Amino acid sequence: MSHDIWVWVAAFLTLSILSFLYKDNPFYKFAEYLLIGVALGYGIAVTWHSTIIPKIVIPLKEGHQYHLIIPMCIGLLFWARLFPKYAWLSRWPIAFQIGAGVGIGLPLILQADVFKQIQGTILTSAILNNPFNAFSAIVAFVGVVSTLIYFYFSLEHKGVVGGIAKIGIWYIMIAFGAIFGYTVMARMSLLIGRFQFLLHDWLGLMR
Amino acid sequence: MWEKLLNLDRRWIFLITAICVIIPFLFPIGFPTNVTPPTQQIYDKIDNTKPNGPAVIVTFESDASVLPELYPMATAIVKHCFIKNVRVILMSLGMQGVGIMQMVLEDVKKEFPDKKSGIDYVLMPYVPGSGIVIMRMGEDIHKIYNVDYYGVPMDSLLMMKEIRNFSQVSLVVALAGSGAWASWVVYANQRYGASVAAGVTAVAAPDAYPFLQTHQIIGLLSGLKGAAEYETLVEDNLNFKTKKVACIGMDTQSIIHIVMIIFIILGNIAYFVVRRQKKNVS
Repeated sequence: MSHDIWVWVAAFLTLSILSFLYKDNPFYKFAEYLLIGVALGYGIAVTWHSTIIPKIVIPLKEGHQYHLIIPMCIGLLFWARLFPKYAWLSRWPIAFQIGAGVGIGLPLILQADVFKQIQGTILTSAILNNPFNAFSAIVAFVGVVSTLIYFYFSLEHKGVVGGIAKIGIWYIMIAFGAIFGYTVMARMSLLIGRFQFLLHDWLGLMR
Repeated sequence: MWEKLLNLDRRWIFLITAICVIIPFLFPIGFPTNVTPPTQQIYDKIDNTKPNGPAVIVTFESDASVLPELYPMATAIVKHCFIKNVRVILMSLGMQGVGIMQMVLEDVKKEFPDKKSGIDYVLMPYVPGSGIVIMRMGEDIHKIYNVDYYGVPMDSLLMMKEIRNFSQVSLVVALAGSGAWASWVVYANQRYGASVAAGVTAVAAPDAYPFLQTHQIIGLLSGLKGAAEYETLVEDNLNFKTKKVACIGMDTQSIIHIVMIIFIILGNIAYFVVRRQKKNVS
């Protein structure tokens, strides 16, 4: 059994959270609120020490980089939301963020998420040369086309279109199954991690 | 009987699940771990990186809630780099991630006490900006990170004198419990041509596979299984005996999956039997 007080604290909090599986109780509530408080406090401390001090205070004080006052003032406008009369001012930094974010990200996101994925669906002779690759490529190609047709609502899903849309539904169902399987695996991994901690680090029952 | 099964208090299922998780920990079975190509590709890339040459970036883009899956991945990769004398940059674009990478480092350093900060590895501090940080790293890492996590100026770190941007980075391994790894594909791979690999929680894995197929990521570690595969590769190929946290967990994972399958089959049988009984009555 561990002699570290913090391991005992972590074990108590783990058991408090797991106790919710039986029913809601004050221990669970305590652990839940503590998590929210600690996460928020940690965030404020990290932002203060990693961003505000080294990126604003020191450059202003020691580097005399006074141009930093402009982005700092734009950022401070976010706080205007707290005052209903001046809340509209917070739209400026939001607009700046959206504008800059879209400008920087959109071409690259389109390239990565759309063009490259379309390229990956195109059947080329190089892919079709290898039987396994060819089979995989055809499965992917049929899946993409049929699923897209299933979500195409400008034509009634009848006849050929309806048939292809039905294949699309099958693909979607298989995808849901795979995602559900992976979700179970992920959630069980979290449970395994906590039990590993309780049995090994806290109780010392595992070698 | 089937009706009773359908109305079973879910707490019985929780209890059975807990028992099935605990027993394999106390009496390990030792199921074999088969290595899949996406894991092997990451291993090979790091293994073929020139010692004391280009760096490998290991970045943790999540919070503590995904530690059981991603922590073993991070430790196994950093151990691999240290065994092969490959320089490592540990970082995170998120607040909690930096603290987690520090934990990883302290954990791994117990087995590699001779590895020195600034020579063999660098731990970066938290800098806000996500995609912007990656893009600045593509231009000049020293401009976005003036100091390391411990406050030592970046220019004074021996290892970082040769590493300025992604040209001197062999691979970026982005570990994430959500789609945050994709920022590295969008900004580092698309814009600067950096090699990117992803280590994701199982729940995020289906989203990552299309990027593997299009070679936008060179490899993929999926959940606890991916971590167990990497641990196995490090131990078997490099003859490095260490505690394989993920492999131990995989015994339990295998058992619990069988139990879940049984639950699903029983639940479905019960549903259809009860439905038929109700139809016959009416």
